Amino acid sequence: MTETSTWATKKGLAQMLKGGVIMDVVTPEHARIAEDAGAVAVMALERVPSDIRASGGVARMSDPAMIEGIMAAVSIPVMAKARIGHFVEAQILEALGVDYIDESEVLTPADERNHIDKHAFKVPFVCGCRNLGEALRRINEGAAMMRTKGEAGTGNVVEAVHQLRDVLAEIRRLQGMREDELFVAAKELQAPYEVVRQVAEAGRLPVVNFVAGGISTPADAALVMQLGAEGVFVGSGIFKSEDPARMANAIVQATTHYQDAKILAEISKGLGAPMRGIAMEAIPPQERLAVRGW
Amino acid sequence: MTTRIGVLALQGAFAEHVAALRAVGAEPVEIRLPVQLEDVDGLVIPGGESTTMRRLIARWGLRQPILNLAASGAPIFGTCAGMIVLARDIVGGEEPVLPLLDVTVERNAFGRQLDSFETELDVPLLGGTPVHAVFIRAPIIERVGPDVDVLARLPGGRIVAVRQGNVLATSFHPELAGETRFHRLVATMAAEHADPGEGSGRAPDLAGRQQRGR
Repeated sequence: MTETSTWATKKGLAQMLKGGVIMDVVTPEHARIAEDAGAVAVMALERVPSDIRASGGVARMSDPAMIEGIMAAVSIPVMAKARIGHFVEAQILEALGVDYIDESEVLTPADERNHIDKHAFKVPFVCGCRNLGEALRRINEGAAMMRTKGEAGTGNVVEAVHQLRDVLAEIRRLQGMREDELFVAAKELQAPYEVVRQVAEAGRLPVVNFVAGGISTPADAALVMQLGAEGVFVGSGIFKSEDPARMANAIVQATTHYQDAKILAEISKGLGAPMRGIAMEAIPPQERLAVRGW
Repeated sequence: MTTRIGVLALQGAFAEHVAALRAVGAEPVEIRLPVQLEDVDGLVIPGGESTTMRRLIARWGLRQPILNLAASGAPIFGTCAGMIVLARDIVGGEEPVLPLLDVTVERNAFGRQLDSFETELDVPLLGGTPVHAVFIRAPIIERVGPDVDVLARLPGGRIVAVRQGNVLATSFHPELAGETRFHRLVATMAAEHADPGEGSGRAPDLAGRQQRGR
């Protein structure tokens, strides 16, 4: 009668994170700063995306010892990243007892055709997407939470906005369809009909949807929340800013009061410099992370 | 008149509680600032991260207004993180947030996410049909004071739902399982608080009503 790691508990943890900020951290000290600022969870990794981008080479799962250090440092949920398709990295992270695995395009993919069979795991997964089809394929593979990818490590919100708008616009388009049109929609989205029909009926993804990749100010967080995000991931945006603790706190406040411009004005004052950021035009196509995964 | 019930919307699964309250015919009101509490007859504190809620409650000055609402007799219902927020004592010595329940809670008492679970639970107060209970990184109640009624226990005896007067709390998430009986109870208590009626033995607080524009 009692059952652990069910779909309801996997998806349910993401529901508890809604309206919150999940922060990338590379040390236990960062993790404590994030928790003190009001983060709902932390993502434990060795280098934030902007450093991964700068250093190049192959980016892999973090050292388990480092992840354990972060798990010991905070009481909030700890997430960690596995490479796309690298189910053994995922097995290792599950064995460590992390609370969520991010099958992430920020790391170098381990498989160019297949994603991880996430149904095979007891630990829940979050996956990135650029559009509705990609989101529904990941959910069909067992992802219990989604995030639009944005373009990680850029401090530039433009891709996050673009992708979130795309996902939500496609959902609205499905809602307006006749039932017999959904078969073709499923074909076009390259997603299973059942999930497509479910989305058309509910008018939303069947799992919680956050935004990631490029959030670096309270206004950025409020922008994506007003557009319909259910919460935000902030990677480089916090610990690459001038005053991480203040920036972290302000982004948390903005994610709660995203509809209140007066409060947003108040909390945006005197935060110091946000991370520097990169224009999309300055990133050669082969260095874009969002195109990883399919 | 529809009963207005606040749902603390600082962070967490507040949308699910909003839907559950709507399903039982109450009018949910999202609460992010103290002024929004002035016109409600009850409050739900949702699941989420208690460390986050603790900071946001303090930052936006919600502590005293919520304590005042509770003192007026309005029902307050906390689930999971909401239960931690309502506890007088927290294992490990964290400061209480809104010490309205004379209980000691232990956070993440079952372990990490891999230990989250679903089960059927008897809650006699809600009738014979068991409650389908979803526990997510759930807290547990280690100690209850003399004025606290235990509403439900796990088969091993651990306490997972309590009531102390107008304050209720559960370790689990009725709002994730389509379970609306807790919300119906809260709505009934809120309606009673809004309008005690004749013969209830309580004088209606007319001055208070008028001040609040009713």
